[in-house]
Amino acid sequence: MDIIVCLFLFAGLFFFTGGSVGILRFPDFYSRLHPAGKLATLGSFSAIAALALFNLHQFSLAALLTSVKILLLVVFVFLTSPTATHAIVDAGVRAGLTPWTKGEKRR
Amino acid sequence: MDSVFLYSGLYLAFLMIFPLYRALRGPTVVDRMLGVNAIGSKTVVLLILIGLIFNRVDMFVDIALAYAMLNFIAVLAASRYFHKRKGLYDELQ
Amino acid sequence: MHTKGFLLDTKEHKNFNLSPSPAPIEADSSAPSRKGNRLNFYPFAFTFIIMFGIWILLSGKFDPFHLTLGLISCAIVSYLSSDLLFPSLKIRGFFGQWLRFIKYIPWLMIQIMKANLHVLYLTFHPRMMELIDPKIVRFRSRLKSDLALVTFANSITLTPGTITVDVSIHGDFRVHAIDKASGDPLPGEMEERIARAFGET
Repeated sequence: MDIIVCLFLFAGLFFFTGGSVGILRFPDFYSRLHPAGKLATLGSFSAIAALALFNLHQFSLAALLTSVKILLLVVFVFLTSPTATHAIVDAGVRAGLTPWTKGEKRR
Repeated sequence: MDSVFLYSGLYLAFLMIFPLYRALRGPTVVDRMLGVNAIGSKTVVLLILIGLIFNRVDMFVDIALAYAMLNFIAVLAASRYFHKRKGLYDELQ
Repeated sequence: MHTKGFLLDTKEHKNFNLSPSPAPIEADSSAPSRKGNRLNFYPFAFTFIIMFGIWILLSGKFDPFHLTLGLISCAIVSYLSSDLLFPSLKIRGFFGQWLRFIKYIPWLMIQIMKANLHVLYLTFHPRMMELIDPKIVRFRSRLKSDLALVTFANSITLTPGTITVDVSIHGDFRVHAIDKASGDPLPGEMEERIARAFGET
């Protein structure tokens, strides 16, 4: 049980690491959204699922309710993360930022 | 198991430095918004970790839910505000 | 037909003076007509059930006092906003559509896993700047209803190397793809699966 929890938690932390490094390394605003939008979503999913699983160690009604609440958080993240990404990219497009193309300088 | 959660939380807090750099130094305003959003999504996980360390998950889950909603609404409001090209070109020059 | 229904909504909302809401998510021409102040029963009932489930989940207390508070506030909320969640509710085929939508989710999860591994590979690759080739892809989708378009746009954002930049109500997509391989197969299989999930074959 503990091994599964640790596995999921470390997978989530690994995805979070990828997201953070990607935000630094990618060349422009549009491509930075790819790691920020996707890796953060899956990182939250696996880390939060691990914590919900761990919370069910001492099984009771209250623990079950808390776990379902934590899973509700996952659903919420899955609904809002693409929407927030889309809102940010929309602001960028309306501001007239042009996408980075191959061979240009890093912005 | 508690120490695992403790070090995971410390590592998450360390990871927040990279988006913070992007939020402080980002060339445009949208980059800053992106960094703040990334910090928020890590904070949600960090809050549940803190709840597990202090054995008060039932309370911290509500805080995490409220924080997730607040983060989402803040990003939406900020991006609506900058729809009108307000201040975006100043930083590019 | 589609845009017409969307425009007509403001007028309908004046008659239906209960809701201060903006235009509903899905403006279907087959939406039940709201004549006068009569409330549609089924949207109200479904919204109420969902709201009360969330109330019980979030409060976690089962004594009569809290349950009564929950009943009152859920009734008020679903009275005010029952047309937001289910704008065009047809009882027949409603649960079937949800079942088909749930069947779509596992496939989406597999695609999300693939997408994340791909972006992770790009992120940690030392010569990342030579691998990526961002460009904007335009295409026209054949999906009709707004809900299907929203699901498609969110799914594109979550899956391989692509982010939706812009969607119009007619189904014109602008998508930012991070490299050539991920931008080319659009719209592809995902559109077919969403069309099947929403009954638009």
